Amino acid sequence: MKFWTLLRANLGRHKRRTFLTITSVALALFLFASLRSVITTIGAAAQFGSARRLVTTNSTGFILPLPVAYANRLEAVPGMEKVTWANWFGGQYGDGKRFFATFAVDAKSYLDIYPEMSVPADQKEAFLRDKGGALIGARLVDLFGWKVGQNVTLRGTIFPGDWIFTIRGVYTPTDPSINDDALMFHYDYLDERTGHKGNVGWYILEIDKPDNAAQIAKTIDDQFKSSPYPTKTGTEQAFNASFATMWGNIGLLMNTIGLAVVFAILLVTANAMMMSARERTRELAVLKTIGYSDRLLFGLVLAEAGLITITGAILGLGAAKLLYRATNFNAAGFLPGFDVSWATIATGGVIAMVLMLASGIVPAMQAARLPVVAALRNVE
Amino acid sequence: MALVEIRDVYKSFTRGAEKIDVFAGLTLDVEQGNFTALMGPSGSGKSTLLNLIAGLDKPTSGTVRVNGSEVSAMTPTQLAGWRSENVGFVFQSFNLLPVLTAFQNVELPLLLTRLSKKDRDERIKIALGVVGLDDRMDHYPRQLSGGQEQRVAIARAIVADPTLVLLDEPTGQLDAKSSQEVLSLLARLNDEFGKTILIVTHDPAAAKRAKRQLHLEKGTFVEQAELVP
Repeated sequence: MKFWTLLRANLGRHKRRTFLTITSVALALFLFASLRSVITTIGAAAQFGSARRLVTTNSTGFILPLPVAYANRLEAVPGMEKVTWANWFGGQYGDGKRFFATFAVDAKSYLDIYPEMSVPADQKEAFLRDKGGALIGARLVDLFGWKVGQNVTLRGTIFPGDWIFTIRGVYTPTDPSINDDALMFHYDYLDERTGHKGNVGWYILEIDKPDNAAQIAKTIDDQFKSSPYPTKTGTEQAFNASFATMWGNIGLLMNTIGLAVVFAILLVTANAMMMSARERTRELAVLKTIGYSDRLLFGLVLAEAGLITITGAILGLGAAKLLYRATNFNAAGFLPGFDVSWATIATGGVIAMVLMLASGIVPAMQAARLPVVAALRNVE
Repeated sequence: MALVEIRDVYKSFTRGAEKIDVFAGLTLDVEQGNFTALMGPSGSGKSTLLNLIAGLDKPTSGTVRVNGSEVSAMTPTQLAGWRSENVGFVFQSFNLLPVLTAFQNVELPLLLTRLSKKDRDERIKIALGVVGLDDRMDHYPRQLSGGQEQRVAIARAIVADPTLVLLDEPTGQLDAKSSQEVLSLLARLNDEFGKTILIVTHDPAAAKRAKRQLHLEKGTFVEQAELVP
């Protein structure tokens, strides 16, 4: 491009200002991409789940237990293929600063019902054989340097005491929405140490056809309606979505913050562009005298705004995409599968274009409309 | 036919409620290949006349023709294109872009042409050679003396080979030695390269280098002198 030297020279005129403006745009778009990705990740988690899987919890709330004895009755419901259960354990490791989920599960049926958890066959076998064994997500290996065969001690927060587990296997999720930093151990071990109370947190059910989900859920809930432990059954997707709604209207909050940041940066960028054009009134008048048309000057000033915002966008959005992926970020397990999607990058790109137009159009129009004689008279 | 034909030009400004008439029926011809010095006190309309000829300003009435084109009737876009091909302009305060080297400053008018990079480079080197600054191509304006800056500005004005070179007090900010160098350069451009030159100046010594002197007072030519027959 013939005018590249001129554009580059103008941007290099106040290197610090240009650097700070580009950094502001980059930071704003980095923040936008990050906040937007929180929303999309929560949304993706709410969508996760097989259409053939149902979740049964206590009707009052999933923190209240259900009897393990329900398992046989659930298996007998027409259309039921598989039944498993899990219990929140709430263990802490070390100083407890790094949270990760811990569950007691009915190991064999749990792994059967979740083929998305990939475990090497020998490790699966070892885990199923050892009642004191644990299965851990691949991320915990990176976090704590744990190895298969190693003993780890967790401090129970709901079930007090020190709990020693031998790591028997490492699972890798094949679906990014599955948390990869959880620890699972045998429900029998928990039940045994807590005096055979026979309580479970929730059941996960696999049914024959997704179309039968509503009917089967109704059958289950009707069956236990009058018992001391009434149930609430729904699809796994609905169960996960209920977690998403626990965040409240976080989407609105994130969008509002993100747009506020972008708007603030718009003002900063527009101010920098106007200062830059105002300082160059004399030069713009000289260019007009040489024969640069109003349209060309409009384009050149707008191109400067474009270079700033596009550079900022590439840095900010690129950093967001690469950084979170390189660090395998998941907000300490709260946002499994966190990733800056290409849709978010595209939205960020559109925002950068709007930013370019909004910040560059006023100085570009001022440059185009500059009355050359008056401008020259002021400087001669 | 004269290169510059100014016919019955009126030009007035309003300053607040006051109307100021700069020209009231001004007429002037400048022949091709001439070197004309335009003199007169401040406020006599010299720079306004230069702006009208360059198409930077429009007359209130009357016509301004340069090289057969009626400048006073052109649109701003037409004027920009016409200026880039026909007029080289030199200012009193040089007005080089400080962020560009001498070479890059001289290249500015050529960016508006369809010339290739190679052809542009060649013409810039020739222009800087004519003004005697081919060894200062990569210097920024802050690294040049006032006289050198003005020579770069002259190189910028002639690089696109315009029909007419207009200079507004080109020696106004130069010392005596640099002024003489610039004036000698202008005389050479006129004699060797046949450029038509119109220079506005307060300096009688500068005006003496021209072939024709015009004295403007209150918007009217009061004296004309042909220095070279």
